[in-house]
Amino acid sequence: MKGARLGLRLLARAVLVAGGIVSLVPFLWMAIAATHSTSELFHSPPPFLPGGRLLDNLSRLQETIGFGRVMLNSLGIALVHTVLSSVVSAMCGYGLAKYRFRGRGLLLGAVLATMMIPFQVLLVPLFQMMASIGWIDTYQAVVLPFLANSFGILLMRQSFVDFPDELIESARIDGSGELRTFYRVVLPCVRPQLGALVIFTFMAGWNSFIWPLLMLNSEDRYTVPVALNTLTGLSHVDYSGLMLGSLLATLPLMALFLLFQRQFVAGLLGGAVKG
Amino acid sequence: MAVLDTRTGPGTTSARPVPGRRPRRPRRRLRRTGWIFAAPAAALFALFFAYPLGASVLQSFTSEDAGAVHWVGLDQYRRMFHDTAFLKSLANTGLILVVQVPVMIGLALVLAVLLNQSWLRFRGTWRALHFLPAVTTLVAYAVVFQVLLKTDGGLVNQIVGVFGIGPVDWLNDPTWARISLILTLTWRWTGYNAVILLAGLQAIGKDQYEAAAIDGAGTFTTYTRVVLPQLRPVLLFCVVTSTIGTLQLFDENYVLTRGGPDDATLTPVVYLYKVGFQQFDFGYAAAIAWVVVALIAAISALQYLLFGRERRR
Repeated sequence: MKGARLGLRLLARAVLVAGGIVSLVPFLWMAIAATHSTSELFHSPPPFLPGGRLLDNLSRLQETIGFGRVMLNSLGIALVHTVLSSVVSAMCGYGLAKYRFRGRGLLLGAVLATMMIPFQVLLVPLFQMMASIGWIDTYQAVVLPFLANSFGILLMRQSFVDFPDELIESARIDGSGELRTFYRVVLPCVRPQLGALVIFTFMAGWNSFIWPLLMLNSEDRYTVPVALNTLTGLSHVDYSGLMLGSLLATLPLMALFLLFQRQFVAGLLGGAVKG
Repeated sequence: MAVLDTRTGPGTTSARPVPGRRPRRPRRRLRRTGWIFAAPAAALFALFFAYPLGASVLQSFTSEDAGAVHWVGLDQYRRMFHDTAFLKSLANTGLILVVQVPVMIGLALVLAVLLNQSWLRFRGTWRALHFLPAVTTLVAYAVVFQVLLKTDGGLVNQIVGVFGIGPVDWLNDPTWARISLILTLTWRWTGYNAVILLAGLQAIGKDQYEAAAIDGAGTFTTYTRVVLPQLRPVLLFCVVTSTIGTLQLFDENYVLTRGGPDDATLTPVVYLYKVGFQQFDFGYAAAIAWVVVALIAAISALQYLLFGRERRR
């Protein structure tokens, strides 16, 4: 009996080790490859240790796609998206959770509908809309359409529903305005959920690909995913540059994940599992 | 759910000598203040969701010829039945749904159960390690797999070459391209689903395992009879979200293979993108989009019917 259990545990560890290697190797390879030249990359045997071409690759990446600028674009877009979208989502979630107003049902319906309807349906009409107001190749066209994020609204609504009404009522009696009550009394109490919302909105903003791909035309306005994609389409692909670019594109998300694992998991679940 | 303005029970401030008049005023005030919070989202929804949604429905019944828009009824929808590329994109999606999703959910379940074991040391580290793929930038990981799977000199071919296999033409042969896409998707999303399943497992109390042990249930019986039934809603959530993700697949296969070779990794959304933004056939693109919506709705409903019954009881 005991021997069988020990064997089972060993097997379990073996599975975990194998899974860990599979998930880790592409990252390690990405990091090692970013420091070699393309020909060294595909050399047999492949390099196992970091090489000395990191700065070479970086300067070439800067030359071909203006990587510094592209990173700043992505960072700016993701940050603006995160701040605005979180504010909009938190406010709307609070309104839906704590007030009864005309059109509330309709709004909730719209929120749920956007969750179910894939945004690809909106691609063509949104594109034409942006074209007709002359917003193609602008940052606001990238950010604005996806600010009202149904996932975020529902996540926030869920966390506000359980918030005690008595606290809001007493703030009201003390003469605090509705917005101030929200900002000063309610929001600080849902900080963990707010953290999850922020992380997830940032990830979504940083990762978004198809919409920026459609909207942005000038290379100096590209986001990181769009710029990386143009590199893969060339006839002579700069593979080591690509690997460095991928590494740098992934680092901010990895840092966020390692710093805020708990919120990351909470965001994944988003109240959905609670059922 | 508690709603502020309907609270008129004893103990609240609205208990007044003249009931019926007093509560009305705050209620009207709150009617308007609710909108202060909802207005930004509502405006954004109206502008960037409701309007384009309506426009897209109408557009799917039209065709554009030399700048002139015609009403063509259901023609755009009829076209799809004879469009081999579109049918192929559906078949590819079906293959991923039937092969990749069950394999991935199965692996995620195994991982989640292992990571939930109390005897496992450094559980936090193990978890982080397995969830790492879930935090890569979508485009970046597709790029990395493109380099890993390169036919001449790619790391994967060098590794299988050691065992005397290959070189395999991972991305340029139709069958291998499908396999590559499936492997790539599994690498990225297994950890993601494992996180969700792990959270579901942790919601099941320790006492349930103990109770099962007292009743003489072995490990296997405990999992099939006690744990899995309770995990059912979470599993259903994973299956439904993975299905929706598969039906909306774009980033991975667009970056990895552009839908090729010979449309072997074409998905409806990549096809929609090509039709709409490379051929500028907007009416047809809109119709394709609505077929994707219909498929998502139908398959999700089916999954709820088949696996969701237990919840209602």
